[in-house]
Amino acid sequence: MQRKGLLFVIVALAFVALTVVPALAQDEFVFGLVLVGPENDRGWSQAHYEAGLYVQEQIPGSRMIFFPSLNPADAPETTLLDVATELIDQGAQVIFTTSDAFEEDTDAVAEAFPDTPFINISGDNYLTGEAPANVGNLMGQGEWSKIIAGCAAGLATETGSIGYLGPLINGETRRFAASAYLGARYCYEHYKGGNPDDLTFTVTWIGFWFNIPGVTLDPTEETNTFFDSGADVVMSGIDTTEAITIAGQRAAQGETVWALPYDFIGACDIAPDVCLGVPYFNWGPSYVSAIQAVKDGTWTPSWDWVGPDWTDINNPDTSAVGFVKGPGLTEEQSAQLDSFIADLASFATNPFVPNSFALWSGPLNLQDGTELAAAGQLVDPLDVWYLPQILEGMVGASE
Amino acid sequence: MKNRTLLTVGFALLPIIASVAITALLIVAVGSNPGDVFVAVTEGAFRDSRAFAGVINFWIPLALCSLGLIVTFTAGLWNIGVEGQMMIGAVFAAYGALFIDLPGPVLILVEILLAMLGGGLWAALVGFLKTRLAVHEIFGGVALNALANVWAIYLISGPWAPPSGGTAQATAPFKDTAVLPAISPEFPVSLIALLLVTATLVIVSFALSGTRWGLQLKATGKNSRSALLLGVPTTRSAMSALIVCGMVAGIAGSYRVLFTYESLRPLVSGGIGFLALLVVLLVGLRPLFAVIVGFAFAVILAGSTRLKVALQLDQSLAGVLQGFIVLLVLLSNGLRQRFTSDSTSSETPNTTTTVEIQRTQEHG
Repeated sequence: MQRKGLLFVIVALAFVALTVVPALAQDEFVFGLVLVGPENDRGWSQAHYEAGLYVQEQIPGSRMIFFPSLNPADAPETTLLDVATELIDQGAQVIFTTSDAFEEDTDAVAEAFPDTPFINISGDNYLTGEAPANVGNLMGQGEWSKIIAGCAAGLATETGSIGYLGPLINGETRRFAASAYLGARYCYEHYKGGNPDDLTFTVTWIGFWFNIPGVTLDPTEETNTFFDSGADVVMSGIDTTEAITIAGQRAAQGETVWALPYDFIGACDIAPDVCLGVPYFNWGPSYVSAIQAVKDGTWTPSWDWVGPDWTDINNPDTSAVGFVKGPGLTEEQSAQLDSFIADLASFATNPFVPNSFALWSGPLNLQDGTELAAAGQLVDPLDVWYLPQILEGMVGASE
Repeated sequence: MKNRTLLTVGFALLPIIASVAITALLIVAVGSNPGDVFVAVTEGAFRDSRAFAGVINFWIPLALCSLGLIVTFTAGLWNIGVEGQMMIGAVFAAYGALFIDLPGPVLILVEILLAMLGGGLWAALVGFLKTRLAVHEIFGGVALNALANVWAIYLISGPWAPPSGGTAQATAPFKDTAVLPAISPEFPVSLIALLLVTATLVIVSFALSGTRWGLQLKATGKNSRSALLLGVPTTRSAMSALIVCGMVAGIAGSYRVLFTYESLRPLVSGGIGFLALLVVLLVGLRPLFAVIVGFAFAVILAGSTRLKVALQLDQSLAGVLQGFIVLLVLLSNGLRQRFTSDSTSSETPNTTTTVEIQRTQEHG
């Protein structure tokens, strides 16, 4: 009897293996990711890679294939066209090109593969009408998390001097630096009781998204320069983690300094004690909905600029951007930051407030004194998107 | 005699077999199957005409730079600045593509001439630093490489940014008349560039082996002091070698922007110039060999794109294999010189440089 039972189980298992497994395999849905940096950079590219892993968990039968470090310096022998061809050859049914560096090439490559949807991260070619019919754009509203990060910096600084390590200068990087500045100013004044005009907010643009020896400024050196010249908080706007690494080293030698890394939720781990928090992107939910739509045949291109879930900005299943508080905050600062985030949430969810970013309201001038918004006026979100200069009051270059 | 041929063949093959074996061991060590890797790379390079075009498109600038470097190595110069000369060639060609309005074929000719001018001028700077200010060409070259990159990034993020608000990642895509046409959509390679490589190969081979200029370069490279005493204008020889190399590197740079990327980008030279240095180290001063070995490198590198996608193996494996080949070939050259008194080996650039360094020391 026992033997019969065993036989039954084996036959049943074989049946399952023969029918269900191939059916599952047929249901497999392959999606491709093209990364501009390595998948373990603890920054921008890793955030995308982890979103791919998240998709695999959420959508049964989905499988990620990816190509890391596609840029002329690391992979001179290959182009986006070669990589996309390779990904499609391996079965990819939708491709995410995860950098503004791929914006123009994505359009060209998409024309060569009109049946494959392409989603370019952080670009706006759908918005401007330049993109072919199979290209959409996706970006998280990092402005919010940068405002929160700026607030944390404004709360913590004792010297009243904050350094911002910027990558290259474009609309995206200007609006993120400016958002951080507005957050820092607000919290320095309203929670810390300082005079916001005494706050120094300096941006140093290193010239690229990450350090390229001999080409960009060295972010390690620039972070040290910030600290040497009186700043006690350095915020990172680049893809990699030099700011927090250096802050950790200097704190170990007894200095009172802090840092805010960027992009990747786990970036505080590098030096937890000096970490005030990390503004990060959570691409997973947006990836899932795009991939599900492609899978269901309902996908249409769009330009998506996705904000946080204000009921919980750190909900991994719903919020596109978030801010994780770091151990470097005192309890008081942490509570103040919570209250600030709650204020942002009530601003953003108030049905009577037009679509806009908190603190992006007049009087605000661009760096050269041109008025961006008159007193009481809100800045249109697209004017934030295309911010032509950094803001008056910030120290640093606008172009 | 027969023994000696056997020995030469052995010394040539042994390092390649050894590096393949070491790389295979490494692949096993990271838990993969060398056979799969071999299949992936081969498929990556030769799967279809598009994949093969990827190989050719990487090979074209590599072959050009290698040919240019043979000229400077002949004159005993380590033109490490070849990378920056490529970059400036790209910048000059991009200027033509963005701002000059001419009918297609004329515009392309102008762009290539501009690239040659740019690369040549940048190399002339290395020459000027060396001959007038006694700055060794390696140091001058490295500095000028960095400057070339910074200049390109400045242009891309500033004056040449697209009117729609640039992302500082590239200029606007060039107009259709400004880019090199592809042979066909299935085989996207530029015929003009292939012809340029062929022409450069023929010209460099002939100039070095059959002209007075080539002889002067060789004399300068072998022993600049005696050459000078024998009436060879060594300064002029060195300068002309650098300028010729710069011009050829400029063409290579123009190919990267006029075909591969169709816009100017940061770091568009992509280390191809440095790779070309390795190629020439391997083959010595033999132009045809440089072109062939360059092709093998292109196959390994372009084919390895598939490694990442299909096997999720780090693409730098290809770089590791390449590094081993170069190291072991150099090592075996050294051994061969020790075991045989092979006179042809003095043709290789590393020995030439020894002469060069000795000469500098004598001056010092």
